[in-house]
Amino acid sequence: MREYQNIFTAVQLRGPIEPGIPLPAGDSPRTGQGGVEYWFGKIGNAQVGPIYLGFIGTISIVCGTIAFVIIGLNMWASVGWDPIQFVRQLFWLALEPPPAEYGLEILPPLQEGGWWLIAGFFLTTSVILWWVRMYRRARALEMGTHVAWAFASAIFLFLSLGFIRPLLMGSWAEAVPFGIFPHLDWTAAFSIRYGNLYYNPFHALSIVFLYGSVLLFAMHGATILAVSRYGGEREIEQIVDRGTASERAALFWRWTMGFNATMESIHRWAWWFAVLTPLTGAIGILLSGTVVDNWYLWGIKHGIVPPAPDLWPDVADPALSGGTQ
Amino acid sequence: MRLWIPFAAGAGALLTIASIVGADWDLPPVETVGVGYPGSGMVLVQDVEESAALAAANVPPPSPYTPDPEGERASEFYENVQVLGDLSVDEFNHLMASITEWVSPEQGCAYCHDIENLASDTVYTKVVARRMIQMNQTVNADWTDHVGQAGVTCYTCHRGNPVPENAWSTGAPEPAPAGGMAGYTGSQNRVAEVTAYSSLPHEALEAYLLEDRPIRVHSSTALPTGENQADIKDTEWTWALMMHMSRGLGVNCTACHNSRAFNDWDESPPQRVTAWHGIRMVREINNAYLTGLAPVFPDNRLGPEGDVLKANCATCHNGQLKPLNGVSMLEDYVNSLTRKISTEVPDFESYRPGETELLAPGSTSDAGPARPAASSYAAAE
Repeated sequence: MREYQNIFTAVQLRGPIEPGIPLPAGDSPRTGQGGVEYWFGKIGNAQVGPIYLGFIGTISIVCGTIAFVIIGLNMWASVGWDPIQFVRQLFWLALEPPPAEYGLEILPPLQEGGWWLIAGFFLTTSVILWWVRMYRRARALEMGTHVAWAFASAIFLFLSLGFIRPLLMGSWAEAVPFGIFPHLDWTAAFSIRYGNLYYNPFHALSIVFLYGSVLLFAMHGATILAVSRYGGEREIEQIVDRGTASERAALFWRWTMGFNATMESIHRWAWWFAVLTPLTGAIGILLSGTVVDNWYLWGIKHGIVPPAPDLWPDVADPALSGGTQ
Repeated sequence: MRLWIPFAAGAGALLTIASIVGADWDLPPVETVGVGYPGSGMVLVQDVEESAALAAANVPPPSPYTPDPEGERASEFYENVQVLGDLSVDEFNHLMASITEWVSPEQGCAYCHDIENLASDTVYTKVVARRMIQMNQTVNADWTDHVGQAGVTCYTCHRGNPVPENAWSTGAPEPAPAGGMAGYTGSQNRVAEVTAYSSLPHEALEAYLLEDRPIRVHSSTALPTGENQADIKDTEWTWALMMHMSRGLGVNCTACHNSRAFNDWDESPPQRVTAWHGIRMVREINNAYLTGLAPVFPDNRLGPEGDVLKANCATCHNGQLKPLNGVSMLEDYVNSLTRKISTEVPDFESYRPGETELLAPGSTSDAGPARPAASSYAAAE
């Protein structure tokens, strides 16, 4: 009765280390022999490694490390190489993109944002190579490439923010700084500059898919755990051979909301919601400043802003009566 | 036994506890007061205990007595009375006694006066005080759009301190960026107290309260027309000024804005108009009254870059939406502080502390609303 009521994985399989299938000619060997770790077994598979890094993976990690170090050293330099202030202000520090006067110059002076472009180049290279690696590893296992394409959706948002939209706007200054609080400030400033992203329908779609993903994740996880006493976690077999677990789960949702997903379709639901979150978000970003300059006024134009009663009819822009700005 | 796992878990737990305990939370009770149309989310969030403490700490001192406006004029009775000459002797002495209480309660009259010769201008603080009285009169006479009928006195900023607590000077936060090739910050991305400990541009006060960098970043059309060149960095600058105001006044954005459309005046509470005038008032205070005094101040009264200490929103407001709980102190200072008596400005460059017995008023006078001496934003709007 109690064995399935667990936060952590209840079953740990222990056997000989599984090294993986033989690799095709031309692939590098896997790194390490692999081992068993009890605590990893609590949250997943107890076997850790061997890992396949390969040439592309190695280059990806090297490029990512270069970007990370460039960003970190610039942050450190921005507090005059003071180690204590570097730690204390770490969340406030950033590598800032160049100012607007440099437009799309390939390499502005290093002390005025040039490092941002270099770091961005290495980070982008690293992320794209990691994508290639995911794609190739999936093909090597003769899997579908769903994971790679979901990752590509996230990369598209990343590139929209830091590369494609700055290109469309004609200035690197439009891009996101590399820093913890600074990138959050950038996000809020973006919304303010373009008249409140709340009224951007693609932003709204992105939020629907984001919260929808969370909801689907919770519903699916809860359903499977709830029927795991009947073998519900053997989802794949149950796609074609519905057992009592699958029947009960389906019945539960038909009783409670009249409709149920299947063992197969629930994963399509989840995949598409996840993929559409960054994809619609990126479209919303790419439209801001290029096609729409003030989403609030756009919302008024298209009837999606509820009118507010004029509580303060006497308030008027003081600049209209001879002020300066 | 793998020891690193409990160690890592312990470090993670410590970090979590530190970030929860170390953060500056507003503990309950916190009160929200609606300021806009119901459902618009326009509320002022106030920490009840903090507001009560602020209200108690911001009670204006009573006037020592009510002066008699009749009798001999101060200019006839005393020597070297340049600004307050047409007050009665009683009003003049009443103001002097008040200033001592407001500005130098511990140091007394000698903080500004040579006790051997009260008329002498040899003490630099007397020259500064005279200019500050002119400033005070200008604020009360010309800036009622901001200070209303409550007005200001020396006490509004000084609060018993020779130098107001919330004054600022130019310069980036310490330690400065390393210089050389790396460490570009675009004047932001540092812990900046002046922008409410955000990482927003820390030179916002220079840009808006000394110079006149354009504040508005929004477009007034739904679609781009190419006219509005403001980018996201410009928005961060504006936001930095707004964070300063928010912290200086102890309010959130909705005190002045309907946050669904920050730029829309039709949906803004009247406080936004008051604040708009306040920004321009502080700009005039800094440009017309404070920066000109640079030659008079000794080095220990200047900022690290050698500039005069200046005013911002917090200088008067001290964390309150209305300074001194909105209570006016002007009742007994109507003649002395609410009208511009003399607007003539002496040549501060010629002042030598300890030597200049009489710093004569110059022929130049304050002319209209002050414009920044050198504006790098002249063509912007």
